Parts: sequence; C-alpha cells; structure tokens
Amino acid sequence: MQALTSRAKQVDRKPMTFIESIYLWNIIKGMIITFKHIWKRKETVKYPEQKREFSPVFRGLHILNRDAEGRENCTACGLCAVACPAEAITMEAAERKAGEEHLYREEKYAARYEINMLRCIFCGFCEEACPKDAIYLTETFAPANYKREGFIYGKQDLLIPTPAEKNKA
Amino acid sequence: MAEEKKLFKVKIDNISVEVEPGTTILNAARQIGGDIVPPAMCYYSKLKGSGGKCRTCLVKVSKGSDADPRPMPKLVASCRTTVMDGMEVANITSPEVLEARKGVVEFLLLNHPLDCPVCDQAGECHLQDLSYEHGADSTRYEFKRRTFDKVDIGDKIQLHMTRCILCYRCVFTADQLTEKREHGVLGRGEAAEIGTYIQQSLDNNFIGNVIDVCPVGALTDKTFRFKNRVWFLKPVDAHRECNDPKCCGKVALWMRGDEVFRVTARKDKYGEVEEWICDTCRFDKKEVKDWVIEGPRKIERQSVISQGHYVGVNKPKETLVEVLDGRQPKLLLDIHNISEVNKPNIDLSQINGPAHSDDFNK
Repeated sequence: MQALTSRAKQVDRKPMTFIESIYLWNIIKGMIITFKHIWKRKETVKYPEQKREFSPVFRGLHILNRDAEGRENCTACGLCAVACPAEAITMEAAERKAGEEHLYREEKYAARYEINMLRCIFCGFCEEACPKDAIYLTETFAPANYKREGFIYGKQDLLIPTPAEKNKA
Repeated sequence: MAEEKKLFKVKIDNISVEVEPGTTILNAARQIGGDIVPPAMCYYSKLKGSGGKCRTCLVKVSKGSDADPRPMPKLVASCRTTVMDGMEVANITSPEVLEARKGVVEFLLLNHPLDCPVCDQAGECHLQDLSYEHGADSTRYEFKRRTFDKVDIGDKIQLHMTRCILCYRCVFTADQLTEKREHGVLGRGEAAEIGTYIQQSLDNNFIGNVIDVCPVGALTDKTFRFKNRVWFLKPVDAHRECNDPKCCGKVALWMRGDEVFRVTARKDKYGEVEEWICDTCRFDKKEVKDWVIEGPRKIERQSVISQGHYVGVNKPKETLVEVLDGRQPKLLLDIHNISEVNKPNIDLSQINGPAHSDDFNK
C-alpha cells in the first residue's frame, strides 16, 4: 500500500536497552524545554489587579449620550435596533410634551430603551447607525453577573448623568 | 366596421413599446417597467390633473416623431408630455437627464428638514428614496429653511407643512374623492402652503386618503404618530365588509404581534394606492377581530420594511415537548418580568394619538 504521507515512520518495536529504560536523556531533554520557558515573556496578566492595554477602538459597554444642556440625544428612530445583527436593542417612543423641553432634545424621544447584554455581540453597528450621536460604546467591560436578570440594561443604566448631577457628585 | 386604433411606436432608452395615442411618456415607460421608469413625486395615476409640478420625471426627447424628427429643445416632464409616433426618449441613458434630476432633488430638499429620525414616513418616503438614488450627499443652501407650526387637520391627521414639497396630490384627492373640498394651496411661490380655510377641519369620510397619497411625511396619521417605525411592523393584507359603498374594504394592516398599529390602503410598486379606503376602516378598526387576514404582504427585497421578515421559512419541528411527555422546557428567564419594553398592560396601539410620558409612567 502506498503511504499517505512522506513523513510516515516505521515503528521500532525492538526491546529497550538498560540505558534507554532509565529515561535519563529524555528527562534532560524535557527539562531543557521547561527552563527555556522561564526566561520567556509571560503571555498572561494577573487580572483584575493588572489590566491589558485597550486598543483605542475597543468596544465595550454602551452609554446613551446627552447634549451640552443635558437633554437626551436619542429620538428613538430605531436605526440602532434595525442595524443590530443580534436584535438586542428594543425601544418604545413617546412624544415630548410642553414643559419637557429641558429633558429631551427632539419632539420625539425614547420612553423605553433597552439593551439585552446577553444578546449583544459588541459589534458597534448601533454606534455607527445612530444619526443623533446618542449611543456610544465605551471602553468598559460589561460586568459579570450570576443571574441573567442583571444583563437587561434599561435606559437608567445606560444614560450618562446630566451636567447638574455630575457637579453634585 | 370597427376602426382599428393606430398604436404609436415609442422608443424609451432603446426599448420599443407600442402605446395608444394620448399616453404620456411616463405611462409608456411604466408599460415597459424596470429601471427606465422615471420617478414621480407629484404625478398620481389615480388622480385626474395631477403631475407637472415636481419636475423629477424630466426626460430628454431625442427625436420628436417620425413626421418631425427634430429633438425637443429642453428636457420635458414625462408625466405631462404625450407620445408621438416614432418618438425616441432617453431617460437613464442620458447624463443630461440624470444631472437635471440631481438638481431637481437638490431643489426639493432646499426647505425639507432633515428630521427623518423623527418623521413617521421614514422607510416608506419617496423623497428619501429619490434623494438616495439621485441626490447629492450635501446641500449648498446656506439660508434659513422655512418652518411652520404643526397643524391638526381634523383630529386624526397631522399636517407638518415644513416637510411639504407642494406636490398638490392631497388637494386633488380632497377635490376628487370628497364632495366638499376644504383645503388647498394658499399663497404663491416661496410662500405657498397647504392650508385649510380658517383652520377648518375636514370631516369627510375619505379624507384619510391624503395620508397615503402624500409622498413625504407632511400628512401623517395621528393615531400612528411615533408609535413604531414602519420597518418593525409586519404588513399583512386584510379585508372587511365596509358599510360605505365607495370603500372597498381591502387594506394593508401594519401589525406587531397581535396588535394592529396602522391601517393603510394597499400600494403598488409605484407607491400609488390600489383602491381608496374610508376613514372608518383606516382610523377606527384597530383590532385583529375586525379584519379577515389574507396573508403577508409582498414587500420588495430592497425595502427596509422587508428586513427581518423571512419568506418561505421552514421552521424545524420542536421535538422536546414530545420527548418530555408534554412537559414544557424549564425557562431560565421570562423577559417580561424584567423588561420595561412591550409591557402587557400598556397597549400602545390602543392609545389615540402619540404616547406621552404619563402613558408610560402609569
């Protein structure tokens, strides 16, 4: 039969000699490899004490942005939800009433805005689709949780604080 | 002896077609179909006298007719120009036409606000399609755009004059469908605007059709305002027995789950309604039990409305329940327990008019 590969070797089935059976040379060979690795750079970091440097385009947890006057930018246009390949974003829109102009920038706003972080794949398409500069991906990891409930992020979890709240804190 | 009608032979973008005398170039092109059909913002085949206003359907007539083969000196509006025997027309094959159309789109967009994220027409707006296909990516206009306050025409229709491109379609609709026309175009030139005389509300049973004929978001359904985006809704064909003899009762329902968010007339591929519907069907029948559902409506694959709507899906059979002797699989999380969106006790489609903050904070 023709060999399938040119590197096939015939197995030597001869009984080992005494020198071979104490494995001395094989142990030395193994230890050389082990000690060689001590001097190499470690590939791992001691997370969470140590953190890796992020790339400037790292995509982490989402935030909902406000304008300079602290009004919400989001108008619930639905472009982030339609761009989302994982269908993680859902929203419900409402009309701004008289007297709410200091809260919302446009006449329409997102009354509910929700991102299911279990579904989100952090692709950043929502950020690209947004025509109002409302949603951004930060450089923060989505925190871990023991329960699935903690991964449904509502509007309150995503919105950045208003300038007034920020000064207070 | 029946006299045989002579058909005119026309060549549009080097495609020949034989049409009856008196047909416009636009309708001759529609008989051929495909990419060579000029876009139309104001012409509406169901409305008498419409067309000739927006100039987006401009074409070049490179040969007038067999009798007089000289080309027409200027680009002509194809919706208003009738064909002649042996006429040769260039639409997308003429760079001059495409250049002119780009200019027309820029003019149409001069005063049009860039509020597509807010506008309810987004996703089915003809001006959006037109500017995407033929328009420049930015404007050269440096002056203040004209703005108007929102006006309620009746309690179900909202007129957002800022978005209007003055196509006159709604005026013709009100004129030809209802007995008494109460709105029209006031003012001239730059000051022209659609208005109802002394803010008179229109309460004809067919006035809702002005929403469907409006190519932009100037006239919108107030019962649907800000409820949902059209591309998240699923259009289905449905009909009901309507008491109004003029109403056909054949509509398209825009549904999400079991909720009917909006009722519109069925539109063909040129965005024109197939048959008019009455206001009772449009505004008052917002429950599934009012309608006999025929099936999902066919939407062009290129439309954003078709995203997420899959046709011809073979769902795999769920065998787990069978294997478990009828036991349902254990749910780790019921999304309704945590999610604030789509709460079962808040039925957005049943709210009359747009939702407000107090509708959500109940």
